[in-house]
Amino acid sequence: MDLMKYSKPFALAAILALVAGCGGGAATQPTDEEEVTAEEVQTSDEDSAETAGAAEEEAANAEAMAEEDAVERPEVMTIYFDFDKSNIRSEFYEDLNAHAAYLQANPDSKVVLEGHADERGTREYNMALGERRGNSVQRYLSLQGVASEQMEVVSYGEERLAVRNASTSEEHQQNRRVEFVY
Amino acid sequence: MILKPRKRVWWLALILLVISFNTQANLTIRITQGSDKATPIALVPFAWRGSGALPEDVARIVADNLERTGLFAPVPRENLVSLPSEASEVIYRDWRLLDVNYLLVGSIAEEDNQLRINYELFDVVSQERIFGETVTAKRSQLRSRAHFVSDRIYEKLTGQRGIFSTRMAYVTAEQLSGRADYQFRLHVADADGQRSRTILTSREPLLSPDWSPDGKKLAYVSFERGRPAIYIQEVATGSRYQLTNFRGLNGAPAWSPDGKKLAMTLSRDGNPEIYIYHLEEKRLIRVTHHYAIDTEPSWSPDGKNIIFTSSRSGGPQIYRVNLQSGNIDRLSFEGNYNARARYSPDGKEIFMVHRESGGGLFSIAGLNMDTGRLRTLTTSPLDESPSVAPNGSMVIYALMQGDQGVLGVVSTDGRIQYELPAERGDVREPAWSPFLN
Repeated sequence: MDLMKYSKPFALAAILALVAGCGGGAATQPTDEEEVTAEEVQTSDEDSAETAGAAEEEAANAEAMAEEDAVERPEVMTIYFDFDKSNIRSEFYEDLNAHAAYLQANPDSKVVLEGHADERGTREYNMALGERRGNSVQRYLSLQGVASEQMEVVSYGEERLAVRNASTSEEHQQNRRVEFVY
Repeated sequence: MILKPRKRVWWLALILLVISFNTQANLTIRITQGSDKATPIALVPFAWRGSGALPEDVARIVADNLERTGLFAPVPRENLVSLPSEASEVIYRDWRLLDVNYLLVGSIAEEDNQLRINYELFDVVSQERIFGETVTAKRSQLRSRAHFVSDRIYEKLTGQRGIFSTRMAYVTAEQLSGRADYQFRLHVADADGQRSRTILTSREPLLSPDWSPDGKKLAYVSFERGRPAIYIQEVATGSRYQLTNFRGLNGAPAWSPDGKKLAMTLSRDGNPEIYIYHLEEKRLIRVTHHYAIDTEPSWSPDGKNIIFTSSRSGGPQIYRVNLQSGNIDRLSFEGNYNARARYSPDGKEIFMVHRESGGGLFSIAGLNMDTGRLRTLTTSPLDESPSVAPNGSMVIYALMQGDQGVLGVVSTDGRIQYELPAERGDVREPAWSPFLN
């Protein structure tokens, strides 16, 4: 499934904004004829609600056009985040694009984006962090054209660890995640 | 939306609430750091003038209570030279030889199905009777009276109110068969970890219990309906209702000192922000406006300010908002992670989770509000959820002991530390009650 297929100028600008906000690692992202100014980049990153609203309409169109066939549910159901961060790492764009394609091809399917944190730090702060991670994924998928009714973010903070009693940085990493629950 | 009480109260209570007064999930106490400056005190076993055995050893309970403050060192019983039970039997010279500063004696007599507890406290150094009194109790109230006696003695000797009749709320999480299969329980126990009872059981996460200022209710966050919501529950009756049901986060409830408002974190407007809900007027006011995380509100004792955690500087730090002017100032500067601060009762210090810059430990630290001086009180790697005792003398918090979550208590002067492990499951999210008497 080609990312470009559903890209509309505004959505694309915002995708680039997300990428720009992530600070590098975006070499594989497509460029486009649409010029994006630095100012627009900032605005669209922070005004997520409006952007998502605009993307909703687009998503509706995209949905109508989406082919119902042959898009399989992606195998990768979890993506990971850095400590105290909620930006999407570039290595996961491909996985997210696959989920976007699946959701668009299956407009009746719904996904809960479960945001999680590792157990370091405080529970309510981690609850907020988990939600931000879920929102980052939701925003990205929304910009790909996924209808907002198909997605819901629930943060569990550090209440549902993938690895209990994590001590190494690899183990902590396993806990800082967003899980796709279809 | 804010849900109206009553409508959902009863069926929720019936379906979800498990009150088990007999649940033995008490916490034991393990003193990990004693004080070498503690004042020696002799507590003579109370003479018993009645039939059968008493359910509680009052002098033992008082001794344990006083020892846990770090201010007193009870003399081991085997070292007691005599067992007086009233003033006429006290020979000061004997107790001076034992090198104790204070002496408690007492007796319990049974009259008309009531216990009469007489007790007297002496200053061995000045050879004076400090005070004495009689209290009555039913047998079932003996433990409560022992805590009351402890409070009285502590206050006479230190000038500060005792916290032995207070309680604490905490959450336990017990892993069942599966990886994500947990039993969460909300408990209320005496300050010494005894007489624990479960006031709520759920398969979904429970967190952030906070006592109403009158000590009668708890607000907390429950995921029982698949997403977080704030509930309010009466401790004595167990009746409860769901207060909030907003989209997104519904978290970190914090009662105002007058009990009329609840500060909370909601992300209904897209982002975690601090709100205040007026319980009587049923009015919601948004306090913070920032695209960063704002959460973990806590009221100043005078109700004029709220301190909270915000990531607006990049990482979590403590900020204070003046509720009248709306001005926000940053309070914490040392360290790269400062979160979930709670005021001391006099408002002069806040206690929070702190990580040094470059350091890996999440400790409990006190931050002086006048001088800005920060002092670290604990040293285990994952300390969190500090809650200050109502007399300001102790902070209870959660820590990892090996791979088990336990509760720890540290005196705010750093002199004494003890732990309160449970027999099974992780213990976490402690909340120290206000004074209850």
